[in-house]
Amino acid sequence: MEAGRSPNIEILTNSRLLSLEGEPGNFTAKVYQEPRYIDEDKCTACGTCKMYCPKPVVDEYNERLDITRAPHIDYAQAIPSSYYIDPRYCLRVNFETCNLCAQTCTAGAIDFSQKPKELALEVGAVVMAPGFGKVDNSVLQKFGYGKYLDVVTNLEFERLTCASGPTEGHIIRLSDNKKPKNIAFLQCIGSRDETCGNGYCSSICCMSAIKEASVAKEHEPEVDVSIFFMDVRTQGKGFDDTRQRAEEKYGINVIKARVPRVEQISGKLALNYVTEDGKSHSDIFDMVVLSVGLESPEGAKEMAKISGIELNHYDFCKTITSKPLSTSREGVLVAGAFSGPKDVPESVTQASGVAAEVSEILSSARGTKSVHLAYPDEDKTLSEEKPRIGVFVCHCGVNIAGVVDVKAVRDYAATLSDVVYYENVMYSCSQDALKMLAQKIKDNRLNRVVIAACSPRTHEPLFQETMKSVGVNPAFFEMANIRDQCSWVHAKEPDAATQKSKDLVRMAVAKARELEPLQAQTVDVLSKALVIGGGVAGMTSALSIAEQGFECALIERTDKLGGNAGRLKLTNFGEDAGKILSDLMKKVSKHPKITVKLNTELDELSGFVGNFISKLNSAGNSEIFEHGVVVIATGGYEYQPSQYYYGESNKVLTQLQLEEKISKGKTALKNINNIVMIQCVGSRGDDLKYCSKFCCAQAVKNALAIKKINPDANIYILYRDIRTYGFNEDLYKEARNQGVIFISYNIERKPEAIKDGENIRVRVFDALIGEDIEIPADILALSVGVAPADNLKLSNIIKAPLTGDGFFLEAHAKLKPVEVAVDGVYLAGHAHGPKTLDESIAQAKAAAGKACIPLAKGKVSVAPIVSKVDKDACIGCGLCESLCPYKAIQLIKIDKKKKAETITASCKGCGICASHCPTLAISMGGFTDEAIMSQIHAFAESINKENV
Amino acid sequence: MAKKEKSGSVLVVGGGITGVQSALDLADLGYYVYLLEKKASIGGVMAQLDKTFPTNDCAI
Repeated sequence: MEAGRSPNIEILTNSRLLSLEGEPGNFTAKVYQEPRYIDEDKCTACGTCKMYCPKPVVDEYNERLDITRAPHIDYAQAIPSSYYIDPRYCLRVNFETCNLCAQTCTAGAIDFSQKPKELALEVGAVVMAPGFGKVDNSVLQKFGYGKYLDVVTNLEFERLTCASGPTEGHIIRLSDNKKPKNIAFLQCIGSRDETCGNGYCSSICCMSAIKEASVAKEHEPEVDVSIFFMDVRTQGKGFDDTRQRAEEKYGINVIKARVPRVEQISGKLALNYVTEDGKSHSDIFDMVVLSVGLESPEGAKEMAKISGIELNHYDFCKTITSKPLSTSREGVLVAGAFSGPKDVPESVTQASGVAAEVSEILSSARGTKSVHLAYPDEDKTLSEEKPRIGVFVCHCGVNIAGVVDVKAVRDYAATLSDVVYYENVMYSCSQDALKMLAQKIKDNRLNRVVIAACSPRTHEPLFQETMKSVGVNPAFFEMANIRDQCSWVHAKEPDAATQKSKDLVRMAVAKARELEPLQAQTVDVLSKALVIGGGVAGMTSALSIAEQGFECALIERTDKLGGNAGRLKLTNFGEDAGKILSDLMKKVSKHPKITVKLNTELDELSGFVGNFISKLNSAGNSEIFEHGVVVIATGGYEYQPSQYYYGESNKVLTQLQLEEKISKGKTALKNINNIVMIQCVGSRGDDLKYCSKFCCAQAVKNALAIKKINPDANIYILYRDIRTYGFNEDLYKEARNQGVIFISYNIERKPEAIKDGENIRVRVFDALIGEDIEIPADILALSVGVAPADNLKLSNIIKAPLTGDGFFLEAHAKLKPVEVAVDGVYLAGHAHGPKTLDESIAQAKAAAGKACIPLAKGKVSVAPIVSKVDKDACIGCGLCESLCPYKAIQLIKIDKKKKAETITASCKGCGICASHCPTLAISMGGFTDEAIMSQIHAFAESINKENV
Repeated sequence: MAKKEKSGSVLVVGGGITGVQSALDLADLGYYVYLLEKKASIGGVMAQLDKTFPTNDCAI
């Protein structure tokens, strides 16, 4: 949670918006802020106040499953990292009695004189990201919630599985504290449910149920888990794959049925339900988890009134397909679940997208209000002194301390030479612990820091920043991962885990002794962008980059802009798709900062973030283009099926072809009365392993369009799971109301087409009647999904990896959905994976937002862990150059001899060159041979001891 | 009449993962951000999650 450390983010907690006046560029936002009653700057988060407080309070962070006190902190890593007093329960606030906390707080942080404040903030734009609300308990009562203790919500279950949660990760029945033998997950609670007014699909609960079911099986392998679905909606990138693995690996039972209610029979929970074949079942479970959906945020109506924006019929923020991040008020933008249920990657994508959108509006004011953080000068004498090592052993709550004897590890560290300071820390990554760390480094003149905690992958930057803040070179840092590598994997062998922790600490200390200071480098950035691909995603990215004030070249392989969207007629919500595209094309071609290059491909790319050199090939003519960043928006293709007589019969069309036909109106549909649609043709297991996400809504959209022209048409949609997630569920419902017939088919019994002369019939197994039926088809429409573009060539040029399915792989599935492994390269649209038009637009904005960060900064700093060539030892064999995956090492001529040289800015510090160099001429910053050898020798010390 | 100069500050309403990510990106893009949260700490619902789908990474 880096937000706590940014000098340009001011966090206002306990606050709400009172009013918003003004216009884009110049708003005045009035904000009401309730006091915390604890001074953030003075509080050390020691917890004494909570210990002495006599007032028990239900713990809302732990979903009311635990008890806390009036003064508390939600969780150890919370930001701000200070405690606060819940005024609803505090005796001092309400009755002027008690005051125990103030008397016991040694830091003098408790301040009951604090009063609510009203602030007036001058801002250029507003981003609405209030998230989602909770489904009312009255809806859950139908399923026994509140009546039977063993019926819990998905969020409550999440807290139960969490190691720092109320049960320390033990899954128990709340009625008798015993382990459940079997658990049922019920889907669509409070969503896809007209009776509670939530007709939409919440889009995320299928994933959360599968995740929680897998976690439950990992915690308690013998527990039996069943999930009751209507449709399994795991449409996100890679999600179907995970679902399948979870089903196979953990043996989770997937039951296609909607359970209407939960009853209790002699202490157990009884579920009665009907499966697709029409049979009734009655099963008994120890525990039931309700997959509760997302609702519009609490107070959405009032919030909308205050900020002057419109809501949709479900009280979510109203948006349109072409502007997924805009509200009805200019200058007020929206991101995340407020504009419709969405998961973390979608929300993070929108968050980056909305930042781009704001940056477009306020580009003239960029940098006028921001402040720069300066670090103190490095104390160079520290590195010349003898090692003074500080070892900090983290409890991570019970995550480590629950298994490893952390005190013993600390005491062991004390016995190692050069260790001058050692201590245990409850949560070493919490803000107060970092403050303490900085102080201890200063007090003890530490010039090496070893943290025995979790993974450097996630936490190293945090600790290094702290070292920088007190003038110590951040390279003097080493982590021992005693959480992942000890307490987690050896949870059942605490003694051995403790011994291994000691070994790791000894090795880390040995390496720390050999560490050398490294200097961070900065390079100037060429403030131009290259966008590859002229479809909707590419054009949107290019336009956003240009509107943010930077020059941009947009290259397109074919002779025209537009891509696949050129074939769309209407969006799912009835907007004119052609107009969206033509408006975009007009803006792109007119923009003075955009150069469009048609019939152009990227042949070569060299350089690194901030300084890329591209060789562009325009119909045979080569051209060099220099730029700072790259956006990949190469799109995808409509999958071309080889089954169901596609291409052999003119009655067999893809959904896009059908859409074109429908758009021609009545005459094109003359004499067409029976339409059969088959979903997942090619997708989800045939040629394409993944779900293409949009085809279910596309089929339903086309069905409704046909019904509009010919209400008597018989339309059959043969499907596996209907995945009309989010508000598209309205379309599905409407189609059912209008008499479109939905028949589900099983992967083992796929529908077959029978060609009889000119006529086509479709044979499908109907589970309800238990036999095959045959449907004559005047049109057979195939929902074919999207196949990746030929990304392999580009992947090799850019060195950006692909997924197994052939799409570009993002840097992190959750938190870096538009970045790739190569710095300065970003992703948008179908190049990343199948998605809908509005999702492509949001992601294209996000890619533009991320791409403009280095352009706006004008400089990039390069991580100092890079390779260094000892020119005297180098024999110029070139092995390193041929092996480097990042083009970061090259041969140059020095005195007529070939020598390798690192291109520091491109180097990722992977070490492949160093490990292959036949003369050991290459060393890695932070991982020198000396340091690694001492680490290995330190490991051997324990082996030798055991052998004696 | 000369147009009033635009402000380089932004208000983000909501301190969940979406609000926090927007705030970070906006700060990186050169703007000053007020991050408004109705509760006493930021992080929203994601901070309550133990693991995340599909990689089962730690949510915090």
